[in-house]
Amino acid sequence: MDKFNGRVWVLGDDIDTDIIIPTEYLALKTVDDMKKYAFSPLRPELAGQIKDGDIIVAGKNFGCGSSREQAPEIIKHLNVKCVIAKSFARIFFRNSINNGLLLIENDSLYDDIKNDEGANIEVTINEKISYNGKDYPIHALPDNLCEIINAGGLVAAMKKRNGITD
Amino acid sequence: MGHTLIEKIIMRNTGMESVTPGNIVDVNVDRVMIHDIFIPFVKDKFEEMGFKKLWDEDKVVLIYDHLVPTSAVEDVRHFKIGDEFVKKYGVKHFHKADGICHQLMPQMGYAKPGNIVFGTDSHTTTYGCVGCFSSGVGYTEMAAILGTGQMWVRVPETIKIVINGQLPANVMSKDIILRIIGDLRSDGATYKVLEFSGSTVDAMSVSSRMTMSNMAIEAGAKAALFAPDEKTCEYSKVEMKDVEWLKADADATYCHVMEYDAKDFVPSVACPSQVDNIKAVNEVEGTKLDQVFIGSCTNGRLEDIKVTADILRGKKVAPYVKLIVTPASRSIYKEAVDAGYIKDLVSAGAIVTQPGCGLCCGRACGILTDGERVLATNNRNFLGRMGTSKVEIFLGSPATAAASAITGEITVPGEVKLQ
Repeated sequence: MDKFNGRVWVLGDDIDTDIIIPTEYLALKTVDDMKKYAFSPLRPELAGQIKDGDIIVAGKNFGCGSSREQAPEIIKHLNVKCVIAKSFARIFFRNSINNGLLLIENDSLYDDIKNDEGANIEVTINEKISYNGKDYPIHALPDNLCEIINAGGLVAAMKKRNGITD
Repeated sequence: MGHTLIEKIIMRNTGMESVTPGNIVDVNVDRVMIHDIFIPFVKDKFEEMGFKKLWDEDKVVLIYDHLVPTSAVEDVRHFKIGDEFVKKYGVKHFHKADGICHQLMPQMGYAKPGNIVFGTDSHTTTYGCVGCFSSGVGYTEMAAILGTGQMWVRVPETIKIVINGQLPANVMSKDIILRIIGDLRSDGATYKVLEFSGSTVDAMSVSSRMTMSNMAIEAGAKAALFAPDEKTCEYSKVEMKDVEWLKADADATYCHVMEYDAKDFVPSVACPSQVDNIKAVNEVEGTKLDQVFIGSCTNGRLEDIKVTADILRGKKVAPYVKLIVTPASRSIYKEAVDAGYIKDLVSAGAIVTQPGCGLCCGRACGILTDGERVLATNNRNFLGRMGTSKVEIFLGSPATAAASAITGEITVPGEVKLQ
């Protein structure tokens, strides 16, 4: 998966974890039960509109708020390919890596694409994003994070440590 | 080269002679906290990872608070799973109805000066009030710590915040941290640590410091630290000589320094629906309220209840306002009863609830609906946090909240006229 394309949904700055999944749905049994309520305080229809392989682009501080790991898990279960934002909140960032949800930080794409929801972009992993004939460079992730992602997330990495094979 | 508080804690923990921001290091975890909302997920991940035992039963604390007492049948499942987990793995520290996790962790001495503690809740930053490096993690990461006792951290940069002088009347530490969050913005401290110092901070109680470390996450901070002093030692039951190493060096390197004069702080509120949308209370004075909430891990301590009781004593809550007061722990509740504060509150028309997270996290005990407005002392005013997404939530200090409960509209504390 060096390169992929996807349709873009645009969200704003400070998309917090109570928007991604409100507390009232956290006691539902599974992440699949919860996912239809994703983003409901802001855009109740959005979870039903997101299709496999779509991409979320947002402003600064995506995922701020609580430590609820259901937030990245739900986005992963909606089969969103990756989230691109100006910046991510710390706990959300760790939780996403641990669940194998790809996050990409980029300063300028959001400002260029924010009035063009539905546009198609191309992502070249650890290298660049391409939109509307323009390239947006992206940083490579640190080695220790790549190791967790390459292992398939933290659960898989710990299974390997404990000698468990599926 | 000198070091900041967080660097000192990480160096002591790892035995490294020096660390600099950006280093990625494995730390040995001194204590972990798991609460009722996430215990089912922690248990599943822990077992899926193939662990058979906890790395150290004495270092694990399980606290029921978000769902206490239950408000829906499904909530019971969390307690059943938690009870089984405690029994099966021999968890040593277990609280079923003693109060909010972030109050209990420092209060019970589970989080002490110089410790490194992780919890399955973003407000785990609270324990920085006693000089503990504490931060929130997700349940998968918690499961890995339960098995290994270790976690990787990136050594963070530090923002130094110096506050000197005497605070004006009716200004509380809540007003200070709201202003700082407004200045930093909601992401201004992301991946960074806040280090507080100055004569204003020195004069504060541990409880007041707790309000500030609790809310540091609202600016994105990884931790928020106060160097321990004699008050800390008394609170945490440690000797000053054992924590003398825990202070920043004069030549430590900071990414940013912010200086404040205490006399410039005013009663402040966070306006809907972002914690960094800060205004002086007098800018929104007169805004009608349906409900007032005083409590939570941010402002549910004895000094907060005392301030509330002092303002409400002999007065009445406005007839159309519901005032809900929630002590942060059972021991605080009992102290407030013994001091007569609860009688003052109830006589004024307040609803006093059991210690817990209920209303703050939007699960129970005062949920609101479209078009309603609440002034609350907790830490978040996000859309939908305390009911529907069309509820307006203002955040303020207990003094502001108590004064506003009497008038039924947002009111500058100290300006409440006798009825």
